[in-house]
Amino acid sequence: MATEVHNLQELRRSASLATKVFIQRDYSDGTICQFQTKFPPELDSRIERQLFEETVKTLNSFYAEAEKIGGSSYLEGCLACATAYFIFLCMETHYEKVLKKISRYIQEQNEKIFAPRGLLLTDPVERGMRVIEISIYEDRCSSGSSSSGSSSGSGSSGGGGGAGAR
Amino acid sequence: MSVMVVRKKVTRKWEKLPGRNTFCCDGRVMMARQKGIFYLTLFLILGTCTLFFAFECRYLAVQLSPAIPVFAAMLFLFSMATLLRTSFSDPGVIPRALPDEAAFIEMEIEATNGAVPQGQRPPPRIKNFQINNQIVKLKYCYTCKIFRPPRASHCSICDNCVERFDHHCPWVGNCVGKRNYRYFYLFILSLSLLTIYVFAFNIVYVALKSLKIGFLETLKETPGTVLEVLICFFTLWSVVGLTGFHTFLVALNQTTNEDIKGSWTGKNRVQNPYSHGNIVKNCCEVLCGPLPPSVLDRRGILPLEESGSRPPSTQETSSSLLPQSPAPTEHLSPNEMPEDTSTPEEMPPPEPPEPPQEVTEAEK
Repeated sequence: MATEVHNLQELRRSASLATKVFIQRDYSDGTICQFQTKFPPELDSRIERQLFEETVKTLNSFYAEAEKIGGSSYLEGCLACATAYFIFLCMETHYEKVLKKISRYIQEQNEKIFAPRGLLLTDPVERGMRVIEISIYEDRCSSGSSSSGSSSGSGSSGGGGGAGAR
Repeated sequence: MSVMVVRKKVTRKWEKLPGRNTFCCDGRVMMARQKGIFYLTLFLILGTCTLFFAFECRYLAVQLSPAIPVFAAMLFLFSMATLLRTSFSDPGVIPRALPDEAAFIEMEIEATNGAVPQGQRPPPRIKNFQINNQIVKLKYCYTCKIFRPPRASHCSICDNCVERFDHHCPWVGNCVGKRNYRYFYLFILSLSLLTIYVFAFNIVYVALKSLKIGFLETLKETPGTVLEVLICFFTLWSVVGLTGFHTFLVALNQTTNEDIKGSWTGKNRVQNPYSHGNIVKNCCEVLCGPLPPSVLDRRGILPLEESGSRPPSTQETSSSLLPQSPAPTEHLSPNEMPEDTSTPEEMPPPEPPEPPQEVTEAEK
């Protein structure tokens, strides 16, 4: 685990940030948290469409699980109400548990799939659940890269990648 | 310089959050700036209940039943807990877009609408979405630089976009939105019950005691009773009415904001796409549904180079953490309004002149 995180840091040091793509929310199912699975053209040469769609669909299913309205969420709500919500001082809500799962999943995806392709996913929770931010890195060693406007590679720690900023 | 770094305390993200909120207990508590009416609410509830427990309860516990003060105490504690929870929690504030994201959205908008010549008002920025066979318009918020999710609205008092915005309540000193609506509802419900309870038992007390020592003597002995009855009487009309109104809203899964604007009623016959059509289901979703955690991360720690370089100011964002965006187009620094556009609904009122702000990507 430590070596994999180290590899991500290596990526940030050796590559420079070219651009960022923002996957927007999909509101066609109402206000629940879902992201658009439309494949952005900027990622065309970087990652297979199927891998990307699979990642977004898995994330969407996690969020759907977090916001699922059913027996267990009612039970949690009623129990919390009965204790005047003091129970949340010692207990984590179901939503928070799922968010932690999502964080781990994103880190795993970054290590296995996105970092080797010079990409970095940012956990949507760090962007207010508005967007999935995908940072595209250009390798500094490669010549003729399209990153004409970018300058600061080392300042890109704002990407986060859910690696424990919270 | 190294001495400064060693001695400087950590700067947490709440110190740099934009918007007009007050934070207490190192970011654990979040409220609006004007808290005067909230203190009044606290004073009225605490004062009335103190009088009730001190005078009437002692007599009634002996004469009637000791359960009377017990129930009163439970109602009082529950309404205080829900009041404090409503007032102190994040109502569901949507953090503002960081410069990269804002630039990306601006580029998308220009690609859709075409570039606007300098000096002309850009067209209103609206996106259409279809939800459950209804077309819902998403509006662009000029302050937060985002397309607001459905049911979100920008509170001009707190200067934040809030999800499922209901209203800004001065009595609780906070906005009421997605994350604290159920606490607000339980607060007004328990306060209604408490008011009715105290009012009723005050009447019972006066009646019982008057039988023994006469009406005027009773009032002379416990003058607090008159005060309690008066407060309860006026509170009853307002709070019980409000509880009834919100029960109606909960049953239909609507917000006060939507009700006032008439979003789902009238001419267009547009139905509320968020309602399940079933009162029980709506109530369950609003009151017992899953509770999303705050996305503001108020207690997160800002990196040292960000905290050491400038004095904390509540108007700044943490935008300087990010690298330069590749091609900012109409770049505005955070919290500045575009001079040549005016959409009165969404824009916050003009702010008094602020001290000059350092913005790392200032390219106007």
